[in-house]
Amino acid sequence: MSVQEVLPLGGVAAGQSGQVRADHLLVAEMVKPGSKVLDVGCGDGDLLQLLEARGIDGRGIELSREGVNRCVAKGLAVVQGDADTDLVNYPDDAFDYVILSQTLQATRQPKVVLENLLRIGHRAIVSFPNFGFWKMRLQLLIGGHMPRTENLPATWYDTANIHFCTIKDFVELCDAINVKMERSVALDLYGRPVPLNLPWWVWNMFGEQGVFLLSRGGGK
Amino acid sequence: MVGVKSIPSPAISADDRSHEVDHPSSLVAHFGAEQPLRLDCGVDLSPFQIAYQTYGELNADRSNAILICHALTGDQHVANVHPVTGKPGWWETLVGPGRPLDPDRYFIICSNVIGGCMGSTGPASINPATGKVWGLEFPVITIPDMVRAQAMLIDRLGIDTLFAVVGGSMGGMQVLQWTAAYPSRVFSALAIACSTRHSAQNIAFHELGRQAVMADPDWHNGGYADRGIHPHRGLAVARMAAHITYLSDAALHRKFGRRMQDRELPTFSFDADFQVESYLRYQGSSFVERFDANAYLYLTRAMDYFDIAADHDGVLAKAFAGIQTRFCVVSFTSDWLFPTSESRALVHALNASSARVSFAEIETDRGHDAFLLDVPEFFDISRAFLQSAGKARGLNGGGD
Repeated sequence: MSVQEVLPLGGVAAGQSGQVRADHLLVAEMVKPGSKVLDVGCGDGDLLQLLEARGIDGRGIELSREGVNRCVAKGLAVVQGDADTDLVNYPDDAFDYVILSQTLQATRQPKVVLENLLRIGHRAIVSFPNFGFWKMRLQLLIGGHMPRTENLPATWYDTANIHFCTIKDFVELCDAINVKMERSVALDLYGRPVPLNLPWWVWNMFGEQGVFLLSRGGGK
Repeated sequence: MVGVKSIPSPAISADDRSHEVDHPSSLVAHFGAEQPLRLDCGVDLSPFQIAYQTYGELNADRSNAILICHALTGDQHVANVHPVTGKPGWWETLVGPGRPLDPDRYFIICSNVIGGCMGSTGPASINPATGKVWGLEFPVITIPDMVRAQAMLIDRLGIDTLFAVVGGSMGGMQVLQWTAAYPSRVFSALAIACSTRHSAQNIAFHELGRQAVMADPDWHNGGYADRGIHPHRGLAVARMAAHITYLSDAALHRKFGRRMQDRELPTFSFDADFQVESYLRYQGSSFVERFDANAYLYLTRAMDYFDIAADHDGVLAKAFAGIQTRFCVVSFTSDWLFPTSESRALVHALNASSARVSFAEIETDRGHDAFLLDVPEFFDISRAFLQSAGKARGLNGGGD
């Protein structure tokens, strides 16, 4: 697996803004054409549109009513729901992939959510902001305040993100609940993949976000 | 002594009833002895007729048909002037050129439900066996019976698969019954402000309405038609009570508040001092002009009996197992008759069946009736859902 295999991605329609998010492109590339996908926390449906343009049968769950209605008005199959409470309603093995894009850190029980993703889907694709990113570390170390970035501008008291983790933390969680990492990509501040032949600590330092393709481990 | 004005009598006479009931200003499909309608109560209804309206043209491969299912007191006159009231069709906000259900694109069908009183066989129709109005001799019908009759009509029209089945309230119940009973014949389903079962509270309100009708001395155990009268007072009270459930506290407050009707001060009587009273009386008296009291009893009963899960071992998801139909479920925030929680239960069952479902809750203070009103967000969602389904169905122009 090389960076060059990952990007660039041909034949993908751009979202309404004309700009496709780098992590969306990466996620879309990880999904095999023709599969059935559930996007948990699908926002305005940009990723789902990207996936449907590639012939993927996509469904979505979104917490905000405004987000849901915008998705449905785009013709997407999206329902209002909460990753923490509504994933239990889905049967085992219902999807080929379940995607949790930039949402894990906003769930109340990330571990339970992750377990549910891999119960419902044969594979899960999870992306999240890396709290081990050097800019984050620097703000806490030098500035002495909770980190805020362009992508995460909220203050500590009004953020929806209640369970931040680092890439290292996430890898440890996957090990603890017997989840296999099939592919791992760290993206830098500009959405470019961090070179893969570097050690983990470099990813954890220079990856602004991590994107992981996960499957069920072979049992302990 | 306080002044009391009772609800005015309808402007039309009881004789006007028979015309639309037996000879409707609609297309009529007749089903003879060879094609009885097998009812849930065990009776074979035969002969019977279904009155229906269509809008638009059926395309060459018969793939663009949409069936609209009407609500409790609705009828087949979706998008044309009503033959009795002279008012516009009840869903002209949604159905018409340039609207989400566009007759230039789709072949739109709406039939009067079996048990109704606008031309399909019901308690107000003449029983051919006796030559008299059916009245309470008419067998009790259910939502599945209504859908079974619609399926016979669709067969008659030479349509195998409906592109969409669309309806709100009791119409939404029929939509869900269609998908449960004939999943392969429904490509997409738009179920609005409805539920897979009638709640205890809703059954209670229906019972109140029925008791109001039956308490009217003109009801005569359902035999009023033979006497050339109609229990319009009881039916009007039933309608007034029901109408409150279609609105919301906020909408009533916004529309009427505590404002007085054509007066400054209270009259210290039981006259309609308040605008809201006057409005309700108008709703009651205009309703009885176009609706049959016994039909109201039968149709409310059909809704009460509705419970899809009960027909599937109590597990709702079983009703939709393996279904390929594309669903769009819509609820309204201020609807307390069919609250969002009912739609959410449906969506959970559809998710458990891995069905393709969209679900939107629309913010409005207009209560259950919002599905009949001008709510742009609801129209946008309906339009996008049908366009997306049209694209999947390969309908020309479905994807624009």
